[in-house]
Amino acid sequence: MRKLLLFALVVIVGIVFLARLFYLQVYSNTSYNIYDDNAIRKVFHYPKRGYIYDRNGTLLVANQPSYDVMIIPKEVEPLDTLEFCSLLKIDKDQFIKSYKRARRYSPRLASPFLRHLSKEDYAYLSEKMRKFKGFYIQKRSLRDYQTTIGANVLGYIAEANQREINADGYYKMGDLLGKQGIEKSYEKQLRGIKGVKFIQKDRFNRDIGPYKEGTLDTIPIAGKDITVTIDSKLQAYGEYLMQNKIGGIVAIEPSSGEILSLVSAPSYNPNLLVGRERSRNYIKLRNDSIHLPLIDKGLLRMHEPGSPFKALVALAALQEGAIDNNTSIRCNHGYTYGRNNRRMGCHCGGGRRNLNTGISESCNAYFANAYRKTIDKYENATTGMDAWSKHIKSFGLGNYLGYDLSIGKKGNIPDGTYYDKRYPDFRWGATTTLSNSIGQGEILVTPIQLANMTAAIANRGHYYTPHIIKTIEGDTIPSKFKNKHTTTIDKRHFEPVIKGLHDVYNKGTAKFLKIPDIEICGKTGTAENFLTINGERKQYTDHSIFVAFAPKDNPKIAIAVLVENGYYGARFAGRIASLMIEQYLKGTITRTDLERWVLDHTLEHEYVKPYSDGPLKINAESKMMRVEEYLKLQEQKQQAINQNP
Amino acid sequence: MQRDNRSFKFDWPTIILFLILVVFGWLNILSASATGETNSYFDMSQPYGKQSVFILFTVVLIVLVLSIEAKFYERFASIIYLVSMLSLVGLFLFGKNVNGATSWYGIGGMTLQPSEFAKAATALAVAKYISDLQTNIKDFRDQLKTALIVFVPAFLILLQNDAGSTLVYSSFFFVFYREGIPKVYLVIGLILILLAISALKFLVIPTAAVALILVFTHHFFIKKKRKSIINPILISLFCIGFSFSVKLFYDHILQPHQQDRISLWLRLEKDPKKIEQMRKTFAYNLNESEKAISSGGVTGKGFMEGTRTTGKFVPEQHTDYIFSTVGEEWGFLGSAMVVIVFVLLIIRILHLSELQKNQFSRIYGYGVASILFFHFLINIGMVMGLIPTVGIPLPFFSYGGSGLWGFTILLFIFVKLDSNRINEW
Repeated sequence: MRKLLLFALVVIVGIVFLARLFYLQVYSNTSYNIYDDNAIRKVFHYPKRGYIYDRNGTLLVANQPSYDVMIIPKEVEPLDTLEFCSLLKIDKDQFIKSYKRARRYSPRLASPFLRHLSKEDYAYLSEKMRKFKGFYIQKRSLRDYQTTIGANVLGYIAEANQREINADGYYKMGDLLGKQGIEKSYEKQLRGIKGVKFIQKDRFNRDIGPYKEGTLDTIPIAGKDITVTIDSKLQAYGEYLMQNKIGGIVAIEPSSGEILSLVSAPSYNPNLLVGRERSRNYIKLRNDSIHLPLIDKGLLRMHEPGSPFKALVALAALQEGAIDNNTSIRCNHGYTYGRNNRRMGCHCGGGRRNLNTGISESCNAYFANAYRKTIDKYENATTGMDAWSKHIKSFGLGNYLGYDLSIGKKGNIPDGTYYDKRYPDFRWGATTTLSNSIGQGEILVTPIQLANMTAAIANRGHYYTPHIIKTIEGDTIPSKFKNKHTTTIDKRHFEPVIKGLHDVYNKGTAKFLKIPDIEICGKTGTAENFLTINGERKQYTDHSIFVAFAPKDNPKIAIAVLVENGYYGARFAGRIASLMIEQYLKGTITRTDLERWVLDHTLEHEYVKPYSDGPLKINAESKMMRVEEYLKLQEQKQQAINQNP
Repeated sequence: MQRDNRSFKFDWPTIILFLILVVFGWLNILSASATGETNSYFDMSQPYGKQSVFILFTVVLIVLVLSIEAKFYERFASIIYLVSMLSLVGLFLFGKNVNGATSWYGIGGMTLQPSEFAKAATALAVAKYISDLQTNIKDFRDQLKTALIVFVPAFLILLQNDAGSTLVYSSFFFVFYREGIPKVYLVIGLILILLAISALKFLVIPTAAVALILVFTHHFFIKKKRKSIINPILISLFCIGFSFSVKLFYDHILQPHQQDRISLWLRLEKDPKKIEQMRKTFAYNLNESEKAISSGGVTGKGFMEGTRTTGKFVPEQHTDYIFSTVGEEWGFLGSAMVVIVFVLLIIRILHLSELQKNQFSRIYGYGVASILFFHFLINIGMVMGLIPTVGIPLPFFSYGGSGLWGFTILLFIFVKLDSNRINEW
């Protein structure tokens, strides 16, 4: 037994040591990551972020250098806080707050301590920085917008949050990445690849040379410049016209699907979201709950399309043979249907209507008839609805379009199943869903879907997915933007419908909007507008909608305009669409009367109605208001408030 | 049989294990002390260069040790011991102070640490004394005399302020136990260790109370005809007295840095701020060495690729903390191999010792195994944070000429004795 004591001890100690080694090296060791190794200093060099140009080569977005003071809390040594604070122009509380925040994030990893130093501060500070262990200055590049337009399209870059850092190992705390718009969609191309130098440190935190002789170091690769399809002049003009209104304009080149302008009103100056004031400005924009400037109205606002949708109803009916070019009906200021003589009203003035006048005068009865015949052609409503829905959806409605901006809405185009679910006893038919025929009921679209639909009509039956990217330096744009999407409507059915749309300008609802020398085809639309506020559903002034394309043959631009609470389609949206077309095709404005009218009138008084007391007057009863009138009114209100606080 | 080829009589497994440790040790010293540009592996301005020379000289030593007649070591054990003790005493006159310990002789540009050689000398003397026909290890007086052989060098080394090396001499307990000292020493030893730890960790009063209860329960439950109440009372008094003296010893005799090490190990400090302070100061080495080992993972970062080793994050890494380099650069596979090689070497020596027909050889072999085991236990245990910090080298591995030579002589005397086994009857 005595022989065994030492022998056993040796074996036991050996096993204990192996267990301890296993615990230290295998069990509690996560795989080695050089970025977590505090023996290696990582020095990042951020490449130039790609510039953004418009379709005509105008520089929209460039860069400016920015300097962040970074901190690695664990390496901070006792310092003269007073001097440090005065150098950074911060007070002691802010110092403590920033320090604690950085420490909470990670004692070992670098995070920003103070962002966006001015160039002067940087020059002064960079010499003194050596004294303050654990702090260093990181150069980054911020965006420098050469323009005040297109904030919604261009988007912005901001610091990566923890979720983004976890999702993509490329980003470290304090790195900037595209959060919205083009910056987000083409982040990988724009950002380039940052360079990194690994430097071996010793335990006194001194650099003792490149790690592995610098074999792991990389040099930064500059981001690629990109050109977008936006015409900055047109975009600027659209934003100019949309002042004092809420809404969106989407203009597309039908032959390519390129988005010529994407206006969201009201917009904001993209330079507001750059630099030290960024978060303060961002909060201000976010808190404007009436105008919602951060919401892209062209992509995210879903409405009933109203009358422009009639063009598709006509095309579907023609394709199904429910009507032909000569079908005509009598409009008795409305359409009567069903056993109980239910009625759908019509404002077209009555009389005999055929396809052409049906479109140009926007006769509800004509399209109610066409829609009903299309559905009833089939033996049951479900299959009829499915057939109709298929035609409508082939214009890119009812689903995401697939454009290269990260936000959007599906909209809604109902099919047979949709109504079967809604009416489980299957007691529904064409007349139950008759509102669809005039672009109301269950139909929901976004302005960009409307613009795309218009482009498909302009092209006589096909469209290209709308997109914002025109070229990428040394790269190709995604091939899906070159794919032709063909609608289910035969080409021959388009001409009579387009003739009708042309007559909207010649003699119909938009005849006062004619632009000399340009053959425009368009359609007015008026969408009813219900809001539920505090549980009370109320109707407010209609939204003004207009779609158009021009020239009639070989079209260059297709456009959809939405002006919220603008009342009937021709009033605001029609004027704006006509002006946009003239601006794009001619480069100058001859209808200055239209322009003046649009600029002179405001809708701000409509937008506060849901939030103010008193009698609610809408549509025709609501008074038009000029900008100067509105400003005077505001001034009086302000005075009243000042006098009786 | 005596005419066999001489070289085949040496125990080759032992020699191969020894070579693995020396060569692997040198590689790690190279990594831990390289400065970026390595001109020559014999660059005498760098530790790895010096170690190369030390290793070369080791070959000379081995040849010398093996060529001397085996009987010489037995016959001259006392003289070797005396000379070694004199060399320790001489330090008080001619010693050189390095890092607070007066353990070195300065000869020219070199330093020599006689305590490294005293281990072998003491092992020889112990073997010689116990194997003497007139010695009866079961006799208390002979036990005292044997203990004295060990206490003399231990005491001299303690006076030179080298507490770590002093502790090594406690490893001779294993030799005594193997050779027949009563089991009660083992029991008492274990109880004293438990009492000491408990007195520090759980304070003196609870420890004494628990000891009292245990002693008296034992007394009342044991079935013996004549129960004397005197014994348990004496034992209890001793336990209480011992507990108190441990506390007194800790508070008043230990130096502050020794107190801190024990305090950290037993986690006596509760204040998180003070613990943080400890981690940054004296526990810094330990902290960094644990981190380095841990960062090695399964396969390690590769030879000369350890970021913490290259950055010299672990102070004294090429000497006492050399094992952390193994951990970082060779990972679990490499460090487990080192542990296994040590275990194999010690077991091999134990096995050979038991085979010895000559009692002197057996006791000496046991001494060698005990000393190596103690170093292995304390050094690697310390580097991995299992044992309070005690500054002793890892045999054959750590940088240092005296250490390497001392251990080589210690081991190869045994190899020589073992090779002579066949002649002994």
